[in-house]
Amino acid sequence: MGQKITIEPVTRVEGHGKVTIHLDNEGKIEQTRLHIVEFRGFERFVQGRPYWEMPVLVQRLCGICPVSHHLAAAKAMDVIVGAGTGEGLTPTAEKMRRLMHYGQIFQSHSLHFFHLASPDLLFGIDSDPLKRNVIQVAFQHRDLAVQGVMMRKYGQEVIQATAGKKIHGTGAIPGGINKHLTEDEREYLLHGDDYMNIDKMTAWAQDALEFFKEYHKKNKAVIDGFAEFPSSHLSLVRKDGALDLYHGVLRAVNTEGKKILHDIDYQEYYRYIDEEVKSWSYMKFPYLKEIGKKEGWYSVGPLARMNTAEFIDTPLAQKEFELFKQYNGGKPSNKPMHAHWARLIEILHAAEKMKQLLNDPDLMEGELITRGTKQFEGVGVIEAPRGTLFHHYKIGENDMITMANLIVSTTNNNQPMNEAVNQVAVRVMTGKKEITEGMMNAVEVAIRAYDPCLSCATHALGQMPLEFEMYDADDNMIERKFKH
Amino acid sequence: MTRNPTKILVYGYGNPGRQDDGLGIKLAEEVDLWCNENHLVHIQTDTNYQLNLEDAAGIADYDIVIFADASREDIQHFCFDPLMPSEKTEFTMHAVSPAFILHLCKQMFNHQPEAYLMHIRGYEWEFMEDMTEKARANLLEAISYVKDFIIGYSQPNV
Repeated sequence: MGQKITIEPVTRVEGHGKVTIHLDNEGKIEQTRLHIVEFRGFERFVQGRPYWEMPVLVQRLCGICPVSHHLAAAKAMDVIVGAGTGEGLTPTAEKMRRLMHYGQIFQSHSLHFFHLASPDLLFGIDSDPLKRNVIQVAFQHRDLAVQGVMMRKYGQEVIQATAGKKIHGTGAIPGGINKHLTEDEREYLLHGDDYMNIDKMTAWAQDALEFFKEYHKKNKAVIDGFAEFPSSHLSLVRKDGALDLYHGVLRAVNTEGKKILHDIDYQEYYRYIDEEVKSWSYMKFPYLKEIGKKEGWYSVGPLARMNTAEFIDTPLAQKEFELFKQYNGGKPSNKPMHAHWARLIEILHAAEKMKQLLNDPDLMEGELITRGTKQFEGVGVIEAPRGTLFHHYKIGENDMITMANLIVSTTNNNQPMNEAVNQVAVRVMTGKKEITEGMMNAVEVAIRAYDPCLSCATHALGQMPLEFEMYDADDNMIERKFKH
Repeated sequence: MTRNPTKILVYGYGNPGRQDDGLGIKLAEEVDLWCNENHLVHIQTDTNYQLNLEDAAGIADYDIVIFADASREDIQHFCFDPLMPSEKTEFTMHAVSPAFILHLCKQMFNHQPEAYLMHIRGYEWEFMEDMTEKARANLLEAISYVKDFIIGYSQPNV
């Protein structure tokens, strides 16, 4: 029997978002907050479990990006088993893990763009929500919808080939990987029929970028003018400054592009990053210690990665990266809707990387595991689709976990999402006494740009609304609406 | 023995690391074992944490799809209902409903399999693998019902 842990406060309605709007005496918006209602029980849950279980166990955190948690935990366990901090693995192990990760990025970003974001772009933010969904995309732009589904499916096939299965994959283990890629798997992913091959995926990734750029040309106000606000940006980068989604050093830049976190070893992230607790949210607010709580918050995710990286090491994505940088005058983009552009560049990069790896003979043969001297503390960091993901563990003499700290991507983006919601709320709700559908749509689009993972852990039919509450100056709730 | 070639997919979803939330997956796994033992090659099973949009492509190859999920609703043991397509979406759409998947399949692949939703009553949802005894009992009844349903289409020698 497992151990039952009760953590207060507990809500059974996990994974829903709530926006509260506080008005002053004159009815003006004084404060807007996005509350992510989920409780952080997992860090306690894993205590007392053996360290080697972590890469599999932590996948239960999330049904959306279990692979990211699998790999971040495995990277932390690499340190524990003395296999180094991301550079000590065998070539086969590192490349198999990278292939798994690019599959995850590819499928997750494809889902987001084709099925979450494209309805907003194709039908307009203000359009009827009943008509602003993937069903309508399928109805009016069937090819686009089918491409999205098949790209997502391809990414899932890559995950299955590398992690072993879709649920509770076991591919990444402390110190390495547990399988090679078989010839059949390689052949299927490289040259599969019925669209399922890497060249088709690359072509569709390019098509999606062209679609976005065309849209951008015609709709600059939507893409460039929506909820812009100054922000710092943080991500892993390779030591030479290249975009690297699997491993690297931690870099942050400010709104002007000046480095404010100088390519540090993530094993020591806690010397540079802290998390603030606020009474009104279960989710913490990370910040850079040197800058402080008020100004030290940062964004993570595809847009942050475009802002921190100096180049991309695959040719097609590099060309798109140059266009992106040129458009933004070489400075970081602080436009939330540019996250969609960044996401598409990363889809293309992931496709190119997957092709490189699938043609690499190291995946088919070679040593799988590295071992060294056991350590009692390890940190694993990865660039998950939604941004930088930290896993930090300590173990005791008996190999059981004694401490775990996880900073997930959506937590890193907590303050930026609040900033974006506030920007939009002030713009569309000031002077209005009633929450309208159009207002809720605008706030929803701002949140969606960050692709927050609100549905971690258990799901339940019909329970994932976005809730809006408006309070007067005396803190009385004057209106409440749900957007399903 | 003559076997009906009707292709059936039993698709269980949920989080087996959250106690009774794994009921749908467990049902699919048990049905899979039974099908293997009885060489019912036209019955396939699949499992996932939650339904995703690409499942619209996955179900397009089948004549009948049975979705299986845990339920918090106040039902007696389990419910097995015909499923109709629905356009209704959730806020994030990271997870989608079986009715939505059915609708998407029809829209994208011009095919609408006959579909059913098996909801199995669950009771506890903590970070644990063990199901509650009551949920386990409900699961056994649900498995038996699904097997009978499949036999009705397959007429296997079981």
